[in-house]
Amino acid sequence: MKWIKPQYIAFLIVLLLNFALFRGFFTISIQDGRLFGSLIDVFNRGAPVAILAVGMTAVIATKGVDLSVGAVMAVAGAVAASLIQSGQPLGIVILAALGIGLLCGLWNGFLVAVLDLQPIIATLILMVAGRGIAQLMTEGRIVTFNDPGLIYIGSGALLTIPMPVVIAGVLMVVATLIMRRTALGLFIESIGVNRSASTYAGLRSKTLLIGVYAFCGLCASIAGLIAAADIRGADANNAGLWLELDAILAVVIGGTSLLGGRFSIPLSVLGALIIQGMNTGILLSGFPSEFNLIVKAFVVIVILMVQSPIVGNILTFMRPTPAPTAVPAPGEKTS
Amino acid sequence: MSPRLWPLAATLSIFLIAYAVCVWQFPNMWSTRVLGNFLTDNAFLGIVAVGMTFVILSGGIDLSVGSVIAFTGVLLAILITRYNVHPLIAFTLALALAAAFGALMGAMIHYMNVPSFIVTLAGMFLARGAASVLTRDSIPINHEFYSTVTSLSYRLPGGGRLSVIGLIMVAVFVVGTILAHRTRFGSYVFALGGNATSANLLGVPAARTTILIYALSSFLAGLSGIVFSLYTSAGYPLAAVGVELDTIAAVVIGGTLLSGGSGFIIGTFVGVMIQGLIQTYIVFDGTLSSWWTKIVIGGLLFVFIVLQRLLVYASKRRWRKTPAIQIGNMPEVA
Amino acid sequence: MQEQIMPTASPVLTADSITKSFLTTRVLDRVGLTLMPGEVHALLGENGAGKSTLIKILTGAYTHDSGTIRIDGVDVTPRDTAHAQELGIGTVYQEVNLLPNLTVAENLFIGRQPTRFGLVDRRRMERDARRILEPYGLEKLDVSADLGSYSVAVQQIVAIARAVDLSGKVLILDEPTASLDAREVDVLFTVVRRLRAKGLAIVFITHFMDQVFALADRVTVLRNGKLVGSKPIGDLTRMELVTMMLGHALEHESAMRIVKDRPRGERLATFQGYGLAGKIAPFDLNVHSGEVVGVAGLLGSGRTEMARLLFGIDSPDSGSATVDGRSVHLRQARDAIALGFGFCPEDRKTDGILGDLTVRENIMLALQARRGWAKPLSFKEQADLADKFVKALDIRTASVEQPIKLLSGGNQQKVILARWLATEPRFLILDEPTRGIDVGAHAEIIRMINRLCDEGLSLFVISSELEEIVAYSSRVLVLRDRQVVRELTQEDVSTASIMKAIAAEPGEVAA
Repeated sequence: MKWIKPQYIAFLIVLLLNFALFRGFFTISIQDGRLFGSLIDVFNRGAPVAILAVGMTAVIATKGVDLSVGAVMAVAGAVAASLIQSGQPLGIVILAALGIGLLCGLWNGFLVAVLDLQPIIATLILMVAGRGIAQLMTEGRIVTFNDPGLIYIGSGALLTIPMPVVIAGVLMVVATLIMRRTALGLFIESIGVNRSASTYAGLRSKTLLIGVYAFCGLCASIAGLIAAADIRGADANNAGLWLELDAILAVVIGGTSLLGGRFSIPLSVLGALIIQGMNTGILLSGFPSEFNLIVKAFVVIVILMVQSPIVGNILTFMRPTPAPTAVPAPGEKTS
Repeated sequence: MSPRLWPLAATLSIFLIAYAVCVWQFPNMWSTRVLGNFLTDNAFLGIVAVGMTFVILSGGIDLSVGSVIAFTGVLLAILITRYNVHPLIAFTLALALAAAFGALMGAMIHYMNVPSFIVTLAGMFLARGAASVLTRDSIPINHEFYSTVTSLSYRLPGGGRLSVIGLIMVAVFVVGTILAHRTRFGSYVFALGGNATSANLLGVPAARTTILIYALSSFLAGLSGIVFSLYTSAGYPLAAVGVELDTIAAVVIGGTLLSGGSGFIIGTFVGVMIQGLIQTYIVFDGTLSSWWTKIVIGGLLFVFIVLQRLLVYASKRRWRKTPAIQIGNMPEVA
Repeated sequence: MQEQIMPTASPVLTADSITKSFLTTRVLDRVGLTLMPGEVHALLGENGAGKSTLIKILTGAYTHDSGTIRIDGVDVTPRDTAHAQELGIGTVYQEVNLLPNLTVAENLFIGRQPTRFGLVDRRRMERDARRILEPYGLEKLDVSADLGSYSVAVQQIVAIARAVDLSGKVLILDEPTASLDAREVDVLFTVVRRLRAKGLAIVFITHFMDQVFALADRVTVLRNGKLVGSKPIGDLTRMELVTMMLGHALEHESAMRIVKDRPRGERLATFQGYGLAGKIAPFDLNVHSGEVVGVAGLLGSGRTEMARLLFGIDSPDSGSATVDGRSVHLRQARDAIALGFGFCPEDRKTDGILGDLTVRENIMLALQARRGWAKPLSFKEQADLADKFVKALDIRTASVEQPIKLLSGGNQQKVILARWLATEPRFLILDEPTRGIDVGAHAEIIRMINRLCDEGLSLFVISSELEEIVAYSSRVLVLRDRQVVRELTQEDVSTASIMKAIAAEPGEVAA
C-alpha cells in the first residue's frame, strides 16, 4: 500500500465533494470533437498552474523559489500576441515566446547562482518589472488576435482532449522522464539537500541552478502561451496574476519541502489539480469565487502544521512505540 | 560616512536629481500643490511601508499587507453603512482586529519556525478571501465624518494643501523612526535581522519581538486601510492588489537591506516619494504610460539589491584593512 | 608582569564528576574542573575530547547527567546563557557572537539599555559604554559606530568587556585568538592579564601551544571525554603537554609500523611552492603511487587548509601543480576529480553526506557527477555498486535505500569513502577519517587504507591519532602554525619523532 499517497486521497475527496455539490460533475460529453464536462474543466483550467508547478518543483527542490513566473507568463503572452499581430508565422511566434521565457529564467538563475542573491529577492525583481515590460509590449492594451493556429493551443483539442491538458500532460511526462531517466533529478535533489557537499562530490552546482531557473522560465512561457491563446489576446495586467502563489502552493501540496530536496513532478501536478478542484467546487457551491482564497489559506496552514517539527514531535509522542531508527553502536557519535 | 548610510545617501541623491530633472522639464512640478498631493496620494503606501520596514529589518517579509488594507476598507464600509457604527469606533475595531491578525502570523512564524513568506502568503489569501466573502462589490461610504475629515486641510503658501491623511503618514513616519532607532524594541528588531542566533545569546526576547513586529505591520496595514478608505470613500475587496510589492520596493529602494539588520525608516519615506515622483512625472508628461512605473521600479530594485550585495561584501573585507586598536595607551599591569 | 594574586582563596567554580551522554554515547566521563580566582586556566584537548561539551554545560546550553557544579561553594545548574551570566559565568566565542550591524554601545547594552521616558537614553548609554571599555584601552573607540566597522580583535575585546560587565566571576574564552594576527593576540593577552589581576577566573581554550605557555597558569587536559590531568604550567614541559593531549607515553613505542618497505611507485603529482596566504605557507609535496602521506599536527595547524588546496576547493596564490608530468590548475573540486582525486572532508555533516538521500545515492553521486547527467547509471548498476561497497566496507545499514542520516558516524564515513572508491580514484585525500568512530570501524578503516595503498592508490591522510599515522604512513608531514615544519621518512616515522616535531619551540628546527 506504499503507493497510496495522501495527495491521491485528497484529490479523490475534492472530486467527491464536487460530485456531492453537483450530480453532473462526472458527466462527460463530446461536442465538436472535444470532451466537455465539469471534470474535464478541472483538468483544462488546472493546466496552466500545473505547467508552472512542473518548473516550480525543480526550483523549490534546489531550496529556491521563483516569484516571477506570473510576470513571465504575461511577458510570453505579450510577445506572442504582438508578433502574431504583426504577421509573423506561428512557428517563429511560439519560438520567440518560449525564448523570452527561457531568457527570463536565465536572468533569475544568473542572479541566484552567480550573484548569490536569495532566490525570493532575486526573482522579486522580475516579478515587479516583468509585468511592466509586458505592458510596454502591448502598450497597455489587450492585444487580441484571431490566428487559428495560436488559438488552437488554448482551445483546440487533440484526439478529443483539450490542448492545454495535452500540453501539460506531455510536459509532465517528458519532464519526469528527463529527471528520472537521467541523473538530473538526483543532481537537483543533491543541491537542495546540501549544496556544499554536492559541489565537493563534483557537481556543477552553479550551472545546474541556472538551468533549473531557465527551465522554470520556459514552463512559465508555455503557460503564458496557453493563457493568451485561451482568451485570444494578451492581457498584460491580468495574465498569470498571482499564479506564482498557486504554483508554489501546488508544489507544497505535492509534498516537496520548501527547504529543498526530494521532489515529485507528478504529485505537484496533482497538487495543481487539487487546487483547481477546490476552485471548481467553490464555484459549484455558489460561494463567491474569492472564497477559495480562504480555503487555500487553510490548506497552507494545515500543511505547515503537518510539516512543523513541533507537531511532528507531538505525533511521535502519541505513537505507542517509537519508529525504528538505526541505533548507533556504543561509543559512536551520531553527529 | 558610515557605509550603512551609503544606500540612504544614494536614494536621497536619486530623488533629488530626479526631482531636479522633473522640475527642469516641467517647472510646474516645483510647487507646494504638487508636494502636498505627493503626501496625500502616497499616504496609504507610506504608512504600510513603515510596517514593512520593521518586518524587513528583522529579516522577514509580509505579503499580507495589501489584503489587510482591502479587508479593513470593506469592514469599515460595512460597519459604517450597514450597521451605522460611528467611524471612530469602526476604526478602533478594525485596528484591533488587524493587530491581532498580525500577532497570530508572528506567533506562527516564531513557534512553528517556518519562513515568513509562506505564513504571510496564507494571511494574504485569508484576508483577501474574507474581504470578498463580506462583499463582492465596492461599497461607497457616505458619512459626514468622512466628508469632514477629507475636507480638512492645512493650506500651504502657494495653493498647496496638506491633508489630514498626509499628516497621518508624516506622523507615522515620525513615530516609526523613534520606535526603530530610539527604543529597546527597535534595537531588538535590528538584532534579529542581523543574526537571530547571536541575538538569542545576547538575551533578545525573540518570540515577543517577532509577534510584535508582525502585529505592528498588520496594525499599520489596518491604519493604511483606514486612510485608503478616507481617500477613496469606499470599501472594495479587490482594492490595493499588489501593494505588498510596491511596499517592498519602496523599503528596498529606501536603502533597507532585504536580508535584514540594516536600514532607516526615513529611507523608506524617500523610497515612497521616488515612486510618487515617477507617477507624477508620467501624469505631467501625458504621453508616457503607467507601466513605466513598474519597469523603473524593477530597475531600481535591481540596482539597489546589487548595491547592497556589494556593500555587504565590501564591509566584510573592510575591517581587515582598518588599523587595529592602538595599544600605546594601554597601561601594562604591574 | 608574572606577579599575580596567588590562588590562596577558595575556588570560584568547582565542577566535579561531570558526566554527559548523548543517546548511548558518553561524551564526558566524570570530568572535573576547578577554577581559582585570578588564574588563567587553559583547557586543552583535540576535537571530540569533550571541551566544548564541558563549556556548554557550564554556560547552560546543555544539562549534565550527573556531577555537581559549585560557584562560591553553592550548588548550581545553569539553565541557559542568561542564567549562566547571572551566576557569574560569561563566555566569548571565536566567531564573536555579537551583532556587527548594531553600534558598539548597543552591543554592550542590548536588552538593558538605559531609558528615559521609554526612549533609549543614548547619551547615557554611550557614556556608560565608554566607561566600560576604558580599562581595556578602548576609551577612544567611537561607541556610536557599527561594531562591524572594527577589526575582529576589537570586536573580541568588546565581547569580553560585555561578558565581564555582565558576569564578573568566570570568563570563558573559546578559541579567542583563532582569527587574530600576532599583534592583536598581544593586545588580547594584555587584556586577559589585567582581568586576571582583578581576580577573575579565566578559562582559555586554544590550539596554540605557545599561547598556553605564554598566558596560562594552569592546564587541564581532556581526551576522549575523560580527564587526563590538571597541572600548574610550571610543572610541564612542552613535550609533556603534547603527550597529555595526544595520549602517548614516550617510553613505549606502541604503534606497529605496518608499512616499512613498500616500494615507491611512479610519481603521480608534484606541488611546488604551493600555498595560500593566511591559510597555509607554501609547501613542496611529491605524491607517488602506492604511498600514504600522513599529515600530523594539532588542530588549527593548517592541516585541513592544505587538503582543501590539494583538492581545488580553495585556489592557491602561489606555486604550481603537476600531475602525470603535466601542469594543471586546480580551481574547483571538479578539476581535481577529473584527475582522479577524491576527498573525504573533516566535517562529514556539512561537506560530506547528503542527509536525506539514500545510501545508494550517496555512494553513486561522485561517479555519476563525473559521468555527467546524461549518462545515468541504471538502477541495477547503482544497486550493485552500493551492495558491493556495503559488503566490502561492511557498512551497517538496514538497506541501501535508507537515508544516510539514519546511519551512525562510522558508517556514514564508510559511505563517503565508498563514494570515492566508486570513482576508482588514484589519489585520495582523507581528513580525519576515523574521527568520532567506534573502535571496530576504526580498525577497519585503517586496514582499508593499507589495502588501497597496496592496490596502487596514493593517499594523503590527516589524523590526530598518531599511532594511526605511524601505522600506515610511508612518510609523515608535520604541520605547526600553518606551515610544514618537518617531513619524516621511513625509519624516522614514530610517534616520538612526530611529537617532538610538534612540540619543538617555534623557530627551533625540530631534529
